Amino acid sequence: MLPTLLLIAVPVLAVVYLIGIYNSLASLRVKVKEAWSGIDVQLKRRVDLIPNLVETVKAYAKHEKEVFEAVTRARSALMSAGSHKDALQADDQLTGALKSLFAVAEAYPELKAQEGFVNLQNELSDTESKIAYSRQFYNSVVRDMNSKIVTFPGNIFASTFGFKQEEFFEAGDAEREPVKVSF
Amino acid sequence: MNTSIYSRIDENKRQTIYIMVAFTAVISAVGYFAGQYFGEGSGLTFLGFALIFSGISGFISYYESDKIVLAISGAKELKESNNLYVHQLVENLCIGSGLPKPKIYVVDDTAMNAFATGRDPQHAVICFTTGIIDRLDKLELEGVVAHELSHIGNYDIRLMSIVSVLVGTIVLLSDWFTRGMFYGGGRKKDRGEGSGALMLIGLVLLLLSPIIASLIKLALSRQREFLADSSAALLTRYPKGLADALRKISSDKEVLEAANGATAHLYITNPLKGNQVSFMAKLFSTHPPVAERIRLLEEM
Repeated sequence: MLPTLLLIAVPVLAVVYLIGIYNSLASLRVKVKEAWSGIDVQLKRRVDLIPNLVETVKAYAKHEKEVFEAVTRARSALMSAGSHKDALQADDQLTGALKSLFAVAEAYPELKAQEGFVNLQNELSDTESKIAYSRQFYNSVVRDMNSKIVTFPGNIFASTFGFKQEEFFEAGDAEREPVKVSF
Repeated sequence: MNTSIYSRIDENKRQTIYIMVAFTAVISAVGYFAGQYFGEGSGLTFLGFALIFSGISGFISYYESDKIVLAISGAKELKESNNLYVHQLVENLCIGSGLPKPKIYVVDDTAMNAFATGRDPQHAVICFTTGIIDRLDKLELEGVVAHELSHIGNYDIRLMSIVSVLVGTIVLLSDWFTRGMFYGGGRKKDRGEGSGALMLIGLVLLLLSPIIASLIKLALSRQREFLADSSAALLTRYPKGLADALRKISSDKEVLEAANGATAHLYITNPLKGNQVSFMAKLFSTHPPVAERIRLLEEM
């Protein structure tokens, strides 16, 4: 009686165990996707804000062509980016281009006083910090996923089930330095 | 040691269950002994009564504690159109921590403080005093918001509101019993001699239970504060912001009128501003000393 019981119980428990590992990896993969779409939403918002900004600044500073071109180039690179990595690289470029655009705007007091411009500037800087925070969240979820994949027992089954480590996207700027936290 | 946020949440949820089991056991014991004391054999009746009573109060606290706390504190909801700055700040940090954006309330008071409440992240509320919004700069306020969001994300808000109610129940039951013993002492004659030793243990337990329960609650509250500080530093990547905020808040001598002993443990720093020097004062404090929190933040 006991041997037959064991013969049934052991495989059943093994299957349940494997299902558990698979499910936890799968739910982490969904979390990673979700976290990426969090970044994506903010990137789109930023892309949408830029034409308006360029038009507003152009009205006051027509001859600053190079700056506008750099911004437009970075924007279209971001829109046509094929991979997550390309998108974030383009976004970093855009951040740089926008910085010089706002530096140019400094020279035009009338522009700086215009309400529409001030609002756009605020909204863009808010979007920029939202992008930084959503990247941070993405990285924390990726860290959870990757550590599950490389530690036991995930390391044995992850590749069999087709789970791969995801890539980190650290913030491009050195503004937000990582901190060591111990509990 | 780097602990993932998810494992801390699991740990907190587990701890909530342990604590509820432990408190239920204490409440049952208190109820049983109280019943036995007043009349041989009525222990089980009294126990049933105690359990129903704590069950109801636990249930109400689970769903209503946030509304009760907000009402006690006189907080009003802050509309996005009234203060875009605070709303954006909270929203951005929520994005960073992957939490839904909580409701934002304000207490119209120039003292600087803040707290979070609610039963889970989907029903969470962050409450600020107008003083903390006006007098902290952006980086400092970010530190405070991140601290409160950590309380929400770690499920501290649920743990602490349930614990508060359970402690309150034990204190109340024990209080009823001691009053009953004082006024109805005559019934002692009814008791048999056999259970004397057991009754003595019960009596000691009854008298000590409110103190023990309160101490557990306070120790738990202090532990949560350290945890929330470090999670906040992880979220903002700028521990100095929260450290500066704590320094500013603690050097402010103004007392928050809306806070009292029942809600003190909720706030980011102790709103009652007692001088925490002696060992006993530390033992009964809702918050770890601010100087120690600042030191730990600055070491990160």
